[in-house]
Amino acid sequence: MLVYLLRRLGQSLFVVAAMAVLVFVGVYAIGNPIDIMISPDAGQAEMEAAIARLGLDKPMWEQFFIFIQNALQGDLGRSFVYSTDALGLILSKLPATLELAFLALLFAVFLGVPLGMIAGLKPNSIAGKTIMAGSIMGFSLPNFWQGMMLILLFAVIFKVLPSGGRGDTVQVFGVGLSFLTLDGLSHMLLPAVNLALFKTSLVIRLARAGTREASLQDYVKFARAKGLAPRRIVLVHILKNILIPVVTVLGLELGNMIAFAVVTETVFAWPGMGKLLIDSIQLLDRPVVVAYLMLTVIMFIIINLAVDMLYCVLDPRVRLSEARA
Amino acid sequence: MTAVSPTLEVRDLETHFFTRDGVVEAVHGVSFQVGAGEVLGLVGESGSGKSVTGFSILGLVDQPGRIAGGQILFQGRDLVQLAEKERRKLRGSKIAMIFQDPMMTLNPVLRIDTQMTEAVRAHRDVSHARALEICREALVKVGIPAPDERLASYPHQFSGGMRQRVAIAIAFLNEPALIIADEPTTALDVTIQGQILHEAQTLCRETGTAMIWITHDLAVVAGLADHICVMYAGRIVEQGPIDAVLDRPAHPYTVGLIGSVPSRNRRGGRLFQIPGMTPSLLNLAAGCAFRNRCPRATAACLEEPPVRAASHGRQVRCVHPHDGPLEEVLS
Repeated sequence: MLVYLLRRLGQSLFVVAAMAVLVFVGVYAIGNPIDIMISPDAGQAEMEAAIARLGLDKPMWEQFFIFIQNALQGDLGRSFVYSTDALGLILSKLPATLELAFLALLFAVFLGVPLGMIAGLKPNSIAGKTIMAGSIMGFSLPNFWQGMMLILLFAVIFKVLPSGGRGDTVQVFGVGLSFLTLDGLSHMLLPAVNLALFKTSLVIRLARAGTREASLQDYVKFARAKGLAPRRIVLVHILKNILIPVVTVLGLELGNMIAFAVVTETVFAWPGMGKLLIDSIQLLDRPVVVAYLMLTVIMFIIINLAVDMLYCVLDPRVRLSEARA
Repeated sequence: MTAVSPTLEVRDLETHFFTRDGVVEAVHGVSFQVGAGEVLGLVGESGSGKSVTGFSILGLVDQPGRIAGGQILFQGRDLVQLAEKERRKLRGSKIAMIFQDPMMTLNPVLRIDTQMTEAVRAHRDVSHARALEICREALVKVGIPAPDERLASYPHQFSGGMRQRVAIAIAFLNEPALIIADEPTTALDVTIQGQILHEAQTLCRETGTAMIWITHDLAVVAGLADHICVMYAGRIVEQGPIDAVLDRPAHPYTVGLIGSVPSRNRRGGRLFQIPGMTPSLLNLAAGCAFRNRCPRATAACLEEPPVRAASHGRQVRCVHPHDGPLEEVLS
């Protein structure tokens, strides 16, 4: 197990290094931040002073070298716009996005798996067909449109939920969290549902396919031949088998939700990382974009590692073969 | 002489599959019986309806199939009329089944103890500790060494033979009156096959359990069964005491089946081959289903042949049965 972990960590370091090069070169190539940040009326001397202050006068390789040097010390640069530590800026927005993503994940799992199993067990029933039709909608209707419809329905027409913002927060270890207050929860509900819709549809499809496959297996028939109650067959024999693909996909999707909740956060004015990213791209705030992408890479690596660990819990076959590796 | 009622009596069983293309009569007019401690061999090619017969008895025929007629009398009760809840109580307790492929019958993500104790606790109100003890004893009975360690293992840590032993142990857990074994040795090595056969036979004799052994392998049945039913295209074409049927086969299909098995007595000779292919069961033409492949077929075979009694306690569904010892019939 330890050897396996170390090997995975080595691979991860390589990915981070490769990503650092790609991100830096990529962001360097787009636009000139000076044009946006300094008013066109500024004099030549002023302009040059600003360029020197931001370190943009140095050649690209030297800028990269400085970036790497600082990054190794945990410093991913200072925001051009806010003049604060870029990483700190992002991290201050992280809790808002995290709690939104986790609530959406809960929705996706606790709605998607049961609905998918119902659709898989009774594929020809009205319930099964309705669920599948619904999941197609969840897949194909654009995310931003779904969000706007949610606002229209619940905030404008029925006036039961707020349309945007974060609501009251509670400070836990110096971090503001919404889900601990009723007002905050009511603010979270719509964006979380919006973020979860696509993932729920995905989980429904996975759970349905898995259930249909598993229920044809001999071990299910054997379980029936043992005289087990249908409930136990579904909740133990089938469920445990379909969780493996669901966990894989959801792991990746969780990373996606945290890193790219951009659309939802914009529609619902949710002050999370996604909104910060969009703003930073518009203002060509390079250090923030770079820091954001680096953070995303590291997050994906950690999530993937966690998913692999979860496999070991769910699938005894993986547990053994990897213990030997 | 007082007639002891058999453990299981199947009368005119009809199991049909209602597919989009028509009705498939997978089991048609099948009747047989098995007594306590007896082994009945159900022999036939794939698609002859032998497995469906087994699943019909267990009440596990999947959609679009269902039992369309006949009776399944188990200890005097007609299972066909029984509600699903009642049938479930019988499954795994009074009637158990062993499946063909031991690699597939155990759930890969559940430990052996989970899969065994749930079978005990589904039918008996015992504590987990007691259930575990019952399972442990069952594993010892089928010859699995170090049962405590094995109980805590997962199926993939077992060999095929071991898994089938576990499946047999599960089948015997609740001391059933009837076991249906659906080709349980087909997927195993010959040496393991012998051990499993021996194990199953001993357990049946000891506990007085009736057993239906479904197979396509005449050699397996020859050493194991007391009675034999030969199935073809959903019908039992011949049945009787094992020695009578194997030594004096009456139905031309049985003759073909026996003749196509290599034997030491007929060394060097050409193996017999049944001409043609098994017919599709979809919209099967009237008359004897075997007539297109039968060397003795005549115009009389265009009508469905009735079941008639033959010598030596056999029953044959044929208008032109053979009557003589095997060598004479084959030559």
